[in-house]
Amino acid sequence: MIDGITAFLRQLGARFTNAIWRLGMASRFLVLTLMYSGTSFRRFHLVIKEVFNAGVLSLIIILVSGLFVGMVLGLQGYETLQTYGSEEALGVLVALSLVRELGPVVAALLFASRAGSAITAEIGLMKATEQLSALEMMALNPIARVIAPRFWGAVISMPMLAAMFSAMGVFGGYLVGVVLLGVDEGAFWSQMQAAVDFRDDIVNGIIKSAVFGVAITLIALFEGYDAPPTAEGVSRATTRTVVTSSLAVLALDFVLTSFMFRGVG
Amino acid sequence: MAMKRSTLDLWVGVFVAAGLAALMFLAFKVGSMGAFDVASSYTIKAEFENVGGLKVRAPVKSAGVVVGRVSDIHFNPETYEAEVMLNIGERFKFPKDSSVAIMTSGLLGEQYIALEAGGDDKMLADGETLKITQSAVVLENLIGQFLYNKGDGDDSGKTAK
Repeated sequence: MIDGITAFLRQLGARFTNAIWRLGMASRFLVLTLMYSGTSFRRFHLVIKEVFNAGVLSLIIILVSGLFVGMVLGLQGYETLQTYGSEEALGVLVALSLVRELGPVVAALLFASRAGSAITAEIGLMKATEQLSALEMMALNPIARVIAPRFWGAVISMPMLAAMFSAMGVFGGYLVGVVLLGVDEGAFWSQMQAAVDFRDDIVNGIIKSAVFGVAITLIALFEGYDAPPTAEGVSRATTRTVVTSSLAVLALDFVLTSFMFRGVG
Repeated sequence: MAMKRSTLDLWVGVFVAAGLAALMFLAFKVGSMGAFDVASSYTIKAEFENVGGLKVRAPVKSAGVVVGRVSDIHFNPETYEAEVMLNIGERFKFPKDSSVAIMTSGLLGEQYIALEAGGDDKMLADGETLKITQSAVVLENLIGQFLYNKGDGDDSGKTAK
């Protein structure tokens, strides 16, 4: 009985210590990445290649999802607002929910599963096939040559993808609301413009997505770099990247929202 | 991925351009940037007995056109009144004896400040206080007043009989 409890407590302690230890390693990893970022900016084509891999290749999923999310918001919002006879407020509803929350968050979740998993799998496989060690043998720092360009490529891509997601969403809301359901076009845009503030809503949304970008990319790179060099290890690391970064995005979103939008109408 | 450097650069260029275009769309079409610039504005003060549901950033309208925004609302512990700071666009000048009232757009809409120009020759300058204010209409008071008056009327009717 006592042994069972001790074993349980020991296991709990080990898990807790392990979690703290990994967090510390990830922080050191981030510091190292930032320290060795010089190469990425001196040889910027390395970063451009990663903007292509993380950003351009995520374009389709981001644009299509944005369009559909906006269209659904338009439909559902119209149904509800119609009950109160204020369907002109549809533009405000669609734009504010996209710019403040859905744009950054849904784009980040899609980015985590589309680009984050790819980064982890790539780095993990590079490690498993000893490409990272080979770089070190050639006196090339793998952090500077492989990790940092991917970090900056993804961090640059994320806010742009979020902005495109929001823009597509507003367009989708416009399509459903104005073109399909016949909300007055002038009222749709003018009420939206009156309610959406550039600094409080749009800039805060962009800041959010930049923070999400850093979190997702750091998790993806660290999981890949830390993965056991086996097929199973890489597959587990990829799964962990998607789960951990999605949870991190949602938790960070709560924290950022409570700081940013307190007292904003 | 084996891809020529120039093709890659082209795609990334398109991506960045699309990102900036999306941001421009958000700033100018979705947001109100350019419609009212807070940078070139002056601040005037107005004291109200009751601001009702007025919020910071609510529009200040004159003749129904937005000329500024509410920048701050706080309670003055000396006069027991609410002090409302109004940011008015630099190009809109109003006479010193202008009056402000808190109005509601629509039956359940948001509250805004209606600024009515007076007839004075002197114009309001930064930091000045508006003298004539009209508080927000509180629905409960209105209903209370209505019921009170109605009750009064009925009573007088009965006594007359």
